[in-house]
Amino acid sequence: MAAKTLFEKVWGSHLVAEPANEPTLLYIDLHLVHEVTSPQAFDGLRMAGRKLRRPDRTVATVDHNVPTTANRIIIEDAIADKQINALRKNCKEFGVELYDVDAPEQGIVHVIGPELGLTKPGMTIVCGDSHTSTHGAFGALAFGIGTSEVEHVMATQCLPQSKPKTFRISVEGELPQGVTAKDIVLGIIGRIGTDGATGYVVEYAGSAIRSLSMEGRMTVCNMSIEAGARAGMIAADETTFAYLKGRRSAPKGAAWDEAVAEWSNLQSDPGAKFDRELVIPAEDLVPYVTWGTNPGMVVAVTDRVPDPAKAQSDSDRRSFLRALEYMDLKPGTAIEEIPIDRVFLGSCTNSRIEDLRAAAKVVTGYHVNAHVRAMVVPGSHQVKAQAEKEGLDKIFLEAGFEWREPGCSMCLGMNPDILQPGERCASTSNRNFEGRQGAGGRTHLVSPEMAAAAAVTGHFTDIRQWEFKGEEVLA
Amino acid sequence: MQPFRTLTSVATPLDRVNVDTDQIIPKQFLKRIERTGYGEFLFFDWRKDPAFEINQPRYKGSQILVAAKNFGCGSSREHAAWALSDFGFRCVIAPSFADIFHSNAGKNGILLVTLPEDQVQTLLDRAATTEGYKLNVSLEDETLIDDQGFSAKFSIDPFRRDCLLEGLDDIGLTLRHAAALDSFEQGHNSKFWLAARSQ
Ligand code: SF4
Repeated sequence: MAAKTLFEKVWGSHLVAEPANEPTLLYIDLHLVHEVTSPQAFDGLRMAGRKLRRPDRTVATVDHNVPTTANRIIIEDAIADKQINALRKNCKEFGVELYDVDAPEQGIVHVIGPELGLTKPGMTIVCGDSHTSTHGAFGALAFGIGTSEVEHVMATQCLPQSKPKTFRISVEGELPQGVTAKDIVLGIIGRIGTDGATGYVVEYAGSAIRSLSMEGRMTVCNMSIEAGARAGMIAADETTFAYLKGRRSAPKGAAWDEAVAEWSNLQSDPGAKFDRELVIPAEDLVPYVTWGTNPGMVVAVTDRVPDPAKAQSDSDRRSFLRALEYMDLKPGTAIEEIPIDRVFLGSCTNSRIEDLRAAAKVVTGYHVNAHVRAMVVPGSHQVKAQAEKEGLDKIFLEAGFEWREPGCSMCLGMNPDILQPGERCASTSNRNFEGRQGAGGRTHLVSPEMAAAAAVTGHFTDIRQWEFKGEEVLA
Repeated sequence: MQPFRTLTSVATPLDRVNVDTDQIIPKQFLKRIERTGYGEFLFFDWRKDPAFEINQPRYKGSQILVAAKNFGCGSSREHAAWALSDFGFRCVIAPSFADIFHSNAGKNGILLVTLPEDQVQTLLDRAATTEGYKLNVSLEDETLIDDQGFSAKFSIDPFRRDCLLEGLDDIGLTLRHAAALDSFEQGHNSKFWLAARSQ
């Protein structure tokens, strides 16, 4: 039998039909639903008199819109409230399980899927959200879809899909100290560009990827879409199984062993052919900071804001100049000299317990800079509860951070958490587009450690030079 | 879905690379639960600038948008396609498009035409300099022409083309395979390691 890639194995086991001259019909194992991209899909079902085919393969939560302040049962934004109520009503009518604001399971959809054990190796997973690529960290094929496709999956549990190409990115060697999963993916996007993986499913491989925890792997896969990829995937291994074991929706007992046996085949076979390959030595990676208005506009923290004269084409130069103007930056400015106003620690990229632990370690014994407003928004109620059990909330609060309720929050600022025009933010999220965190706001993407350090010093700071105080507190 | 066959319209140039869906329709307009009414918010922040192309009277009523590479990147929000179509755009021409936007556009009857960068640049330049510059796009012939001698063939996935030409609804198309779906699903259900919840 021909050697197969991980992607081909998952794709191949979900083929409902391969009609001639039409896209393939791919079966979907898990459909995650949230309030923003679903109301029109439910309406479509209703109008056509269709049922939701597999409520047992559908799970909903509220995350994008919800306030992150305490007492958030009452939502003051009337339009947001209406949207959330629409989801409640729709889930009831169509029999979908919903993790509402006050449910212990609630959180960002891409944080709770893995956390509850819903996400499993070898699955096909979709959600009306582009960062669905996160779940690929488990050896699943997971991708974001639009609302018409959400309706399609609700009605049929499958999707017409054209087969993407495959792209293996191997990061080999040991990660230097201070370089995180976030830096791996920012480093990759900086190299291949925001459309560098369009049309491909990326498989991340190599010893540096293998050595990451599941949470680190999720961070890497999460940002696949920022390079234009249809999905990002990482082979399932012992790390994957150890993470999953015992989680609520994971198989138990004898079924667990059988499942692991099935999942153990979820790697690319030796000799499997990829349409494209890239190898990056881990030692070349550093802590990164984005300077512009897309995630590909990224430099090392020790570097300077680049010169538009170095852009490769006229159109690139124009977007470069536009970005500099929007970000209010001058070419040649040292990144470490850029002062910040806000820090946002959160989002489906970096709001898991390990992210919070790493950031807490940095701020222990320090205080947030007087000119900075900093907030921590845990990815889910479970993450929040775990952090509080470990006393991380106290470390953050004592250091002057706000400690908030879970949700997407200032990653996209649909709820009241937004940047004011002109404010500059060190953010652990995934998009630095114009106005993403609030109209006129300026976003710089960094790792949780770098965000924490910037909160303390008031400007970007090389985490490799950080003096950790009181590591013993957290040991 | 409204079928798409041919279209002649003034072309609006948008010479910016990597236009993301956050720009096409900012998040504050995603809270609505309807499918319509997004047109007035299209490019909301950029439209605050009176010189922005879409604001210029010369492009009023335009149904063809000419854009630069990687148009529609970022968020999966279909609201971006709804806003474009609600505003009146039925065709976008660019050197490349982001994946999810590509699929969303098709499902809303918007034709995306991919052409080489130099050809798109010609169209961008002409649309910017020639008042009343018009393009004619024929999906039946897969051609794009103007009245200054520009003529290009484009190609589009044949299935997507048929859907646009006929205005076909995807769910209806899939349900033609209902028997295959039922039988696949029966076999697949026994794979408990791929079930969403443990039994
Ligand atoms: S945290 Fe941000 S990127 Fe992630 S799902 Fe929420 S809005 Fe999207």
